[in-house]
Amino acid sequence: MSDAIVAEGLTKRYGDHTALDELDLTVPEGTVLGLLGPNGAGKTTTVRILTTLVRPDAGRATVAGLDVVADARALRARIGVSGQYAAVDDDLTGAENLEMIGRLYHLGRRRSRTRARELLERFDLTAAADRPLKGYSGGMRRRIDLAGSLVAEPPVLFLDEPTTGLDPRARAALWDTIADLVSGGTTVLLTTQYMEEADRLADRVAVLDHGRVIETGTADELKDRIGGDRIELTAPGPGAVEAACRALAPLASGPVRADGAHVMAPVAEGADSLARALGLLDAAGVAVRDVGLRRPTLDEVFLSLTGHTADAPPNPDDGREPALAAPGRPSGRAGRADREEHAR
Amino acid sequence: MTALTTALGDGGTIAWRNLIKTRRNPDLIGMVVLTPIMFVLLFAYVFGNAIHIPGISYREYMMAGVFTETVAFGASLTGYGLVLDLQKGIIDRFRGLPMAPSAVLVGRTTSDLLAGVVSLAVMSAMGLVVGWRVHSGPAKALLGMLVLLMFTYALSWVMATLALSMRSPEVFSNASTMLIFPLAFVANTFVDSATMPGPLRFFAEWNPVSAVTQAARVCFGNASPNVTQHSHAWALHHPIVASVLWTAALLAVFVPLATRQYQKAVSR
Repeated sequence: MSDAIVAEGLTKRYGDHTALDELDLTVPEGTVLGLLGPNGAGKTTTVRILTTLVRPDAGRATVAGLDVVADARALRARIGVSGQYAAVDDDLTGAENLEMIGRLYHLGRRRSRTRARELLERFDLTAAADRPLKGYSGGMRRRIDLAGSLVAEPPVLFLDEPTTGLDPRARAALWDTIADLVSGGTTVLLTTQYMEEADRLADRVAVLDHGRVIETGTADELKDRIGGDRIELTAPGPGAVEAACRALAPLASGPVRADGAHVMAPVAEGADSLARALGLLDAAGVAVRDVGLRRPTLDEVFLSLTGHTADAPPNPDDGREPALAAPGRPSGRAGRADREEHAR
Repeated sequence: MTALTTALGDGGTIAWRNLIKTRRNPDLIGMVVLTPIMFVLLFAYVFGNAIHIPGISYREYMMAGVFTETVAFGASLTGYGLVLDLQKGIIDRFRGLPMAPSAVLVGRTTSDLLAGVVSLAVMSAMGLVVGWRVHSGPAKALLGMLVLLMFTYALSWVMATLALSMRSPEVFSNASTMLIFPLAFVANTFVDSATMPGPLRFFAEWNPVSAVTQAARVCFGNASPNVTQHSHAWALHHPIVASVLWTAALLAVFVPLATRQYQKAVSR
């Protein structure tokens, strides 16, 4: 399988600030790479270079076999871009926006019009097709923006924080749409601050910090790398917490930690460990409220790799300012974010 | 497709989009349709009674001035349109598409030229209502309209350059007013420039707005034979040639300048 996106030694400076520092990246054809990183890590700069909007100071990159600098114009016909700030025209209707984009891809007026209708139907926007975008909700605008990036059926798609600022329902709906696209064989580079999003959509994840890729792999590989599974339980009182810690100690692959009514024990044998843990707790006569085997969340992966969480406050100048060293805030959304195998 | 047909086609698409936006925007419709009506009425019924031009009715004399002044102010539409686009995400979409880089400027100036045609038509109708008449032939009258449109097209590129250098609607609004006001009024648009004191008179006689106004007057048969006798300025005695030269010079300077400023503005 060949690579749809290859970047070698990409470097970009804005004044004294190095936004990208010899970044290397490959995305095999037909796969989804999730580019994770805090604000200022260089995600948006990477996308802007790969989509020909910004020239790198050093290094080279090809997308769909075309050089991002030398073949910029030809490349633009082969990629689609959908961003955090919906690049749509508020005064135009949904249909007019898509028709305009089609005409600027040189599909011709008639083909542009039929393509616009196809996409409006696919994105469930037929009812709103002839209304100006002013009256659209945030989720609808993102859908039109995403539809705009698909007008020319590009083999490579760039999604720059596609769901930032959306409510959970609109986000879930957009994820379904993207997952659907990906199953059609499109190569996607997705930047996101939401670990859940990368977990849900990406085949592989690259973690970016200070303009460099500091780790790549599948989400599972990254989770294994920072320390595998663990048993988590909630105990009814201080005595029970202490008893549970003692009971789990022989099973744990590292120190057992307690945090209030919460007990965490790192384990090595996955689901088997859970069965054994239940046996040990039962034998020790410890009553517990809730026991589960948990994988680390990508949030935790991120925290352990970079020393800060990914969901720092949104910053429109991503890529142009030094990374924010947000104080470590253990994953608030981690519980939802991960695949959990709860014992009942 | 050749580069030229691509550029024209893409410019046409952007112009189509701009016209849709204009149609849906009440402020812009006001600027294109209502302002011209207001100016005709203002000069015909308010100032007109106080100004006397020997040898011709003032309502006939002032119409060429109203035409020129309105299309000159109308050219600032181009600047507004561009700064507003620059502030929106749509410009990133345009840049990411395989379209001609000139399309945004070509499309914008083209759609504003069409808005200028609408303005001129509205003003002509209003002028006929208040007593303006064309005393030449239809071909001459058409030539007059053409001179006016060429001039507003060239001014559009001047405004584009200004707007792309300012990049903020408020700053551009002030700058364009400060540029257009003296050009539109220190001229023979509404009074005889020969009545002005020395330096102002010199400025007025060589002002491109005066050349275009005089050209329009000559073409419509509204020129007063008494007026140009007081002036020795070449531009007022050969107003059509002078207007064409001014238009060509403005285009030659400001098309490349605007293009450069556009590239600079979008590649930040």
